[in-house]
Amino acid sequence: MGIKVINISKTYDKIKALENISFEVKPGELFGLIGPDGAGKTTLFRILTTLLIADTGEATVAGYDVVQEYKSIRNHVGYMPGRFSLYQDLTVEENLNFFATIFGTTIEENYDLIKDIYVQIEPFKNRRAGKLSGGMKQKLALSCALIHKPKVLFLDEPTTGVDPVSRKEFWEMLKRLQKKNITILVSTPYMDEAELCDRIALITDGKILEIDTPEAIKSSFPKKIYRVKSSGTFQLIQDLGAYDKTHSAYPFGEYIHFTSTSTDFKAKDLVDFLKEKNHSNIEVMETDPTIEDTFMELSK
Amino acid sequence: MKKENAIYVENLTKMFGDFTAVNNISFEVGKGEVFGFLGANGAGKTTAMKMLIGILKPTSGHAQVASFDVASQADEVKKSIGYMSQRFSLYNDLTIKENITFFGGIYGLKKSVIKEKTQELIDELGLKDEANKLVKSLPLGWKQKVAFSVSLLHNPRIIFLDEPTGGVDPITRRQFWEMIYREAHKGKTIFVTTHYMDEAEYCDRVSIMVEGKIEALDTPKNLKTQYKVDSMNQVFLKLARNIE
Repeated sequence: MGIKVINISKTYDKIKALENISFEVKPGELFGLIGPDGAGKTTLFRILTTLLIADTGEATVAGYDVVQEYKSIRNHVGYMPGRFSLYQDLTVEENLNFFATIFGTTIEENYDLIKDIYVQIEPFKNRRAGKLSGGMKQKLALSCALIHKPKVLFLDEPTTGVDPVSRKEFWEMLKRLQKKNITILVSTPYMDEAELCDRIALITDGKILEIDTPEAIKSSFPKKIYRVKSSGTFQLIQDLGAYDKTHSAYPFGEYIHFTSTSTDFKAKDLVDFLKEKNHSNIEVMETDPTIEDTFMELSK
Repeated sequence: MKKENAIYVENLTKMFGDFTAVNNISFEVGKGEVFGFLGANGAGKTTAMKMLIGILKPTSGHAQVASFDVASQADEVKKSIGYMSQRFSLYNDLTIKENITFFGGIYGLKKSVIKEKTQELIDELGLKDEANKLVKSLPLGWKQKVAFSVSLLHNPRIIFLDEPTGGVDPITRRQFWEMIYREAHKGKTIFVTTHYMDEAEYCDRVSIMVEGKIEALDTPKNLKTQYKVDSMNQVFLKLARNIE
């Protein structure tokens, strides 16, 4: 009763938005679609929420076919699109009432499900949605997507442009919803959020690079990663780029993550090379791969 | 308070009715510095930035950008800075070349200079084959790289970047930061906002705004030491939580 996607493809004019996508989301799972802008995430969401028909392939959501049984799907899913799409001229309460009525329910009936989130915006229930701050809009949109007690919840980039504190709170809310037996498919361009999902699919240019648990994806990284630091970061990037043993060198916060083309590479080789290039305070240490390391390696 | 080629802010305040969006902030940004301007949504970053680029009048206090006063010499400020944001960067229905020509014209560059700069920029970005394509057909990351180059056309001394990398793929995001470093290396001052805390680590210094005030301002290293944590993300979470 989760989500099943089999060989879905979609093309706009000449652009292949999705190419042969297949994956499955188990009931009650929190599944993440991780990829940058333009990867095809929104197209996939629109197909699964029956707003767009795929060129080829099949998909079911909560056991219903996305083409044949689109009306049933609409009753059983909640969808929070990437762009704020509630009624700006209705108040917070009016928006919520509107969506409850459309689905033949009332705020009271499912209040339990949205309570956690709604109490935070309830003090502003008479404010027009267009006048809310970004964080509050996001909470209202989530409340509206939940008001009919959906079996499956689709969240398209709910945290894009949102600061780290609000992002953290949003993910805590998702974890609580998951405990209420809601299957969740969420997309994000923030690789650190991938760690909070049960399983993830890394997606780019309409193709899935990998599907697995965050742990398994990290441990599948094929090379040893060294974190490197010296007194001059800009020079360090330049020099690592020109080093003949460099496979990849990407900035990660205060360090550069370095991998080598050579299989018998030793940290000392790099230290010697950097000394030769007049770097000081050199630090080279083996480190664990992150989701972002894996994503970059796979999309290279 | 005449300062050369940098940003100088003293007791800057902006009120909308009873609401104080920016509350008495003061800081300086040195020439060639990469300065990260961080804060939660609604903390007042955008309002502060609007005052610094000369499109919003302060309620009180002063700010100088490229040694011009943002309130009384707003036009001079605008000529001395570059600006790009995530929301507005380029015209989607113009080609890359047309965008460059258009912005070159806006900045008042001579036709011959525009022609020369266009070629230079397209070569530098490796976009020869795309130069005559509409901007909307480009991936977001490329758009942002072009937009950054366009914001440099008139050789500004200070560049303001408002969330330039939101939603951009991880590799292009890093290439973008290499471009930033290169410009800083040439002596340009960079003022940047971001929600990626790993990018905060790339800045020489960062400030963190909470509810209209600057609650912290230092190098990433010193901030991490001060708050006894090992990433800027934790610094950010600690600061914003403690206020609640």
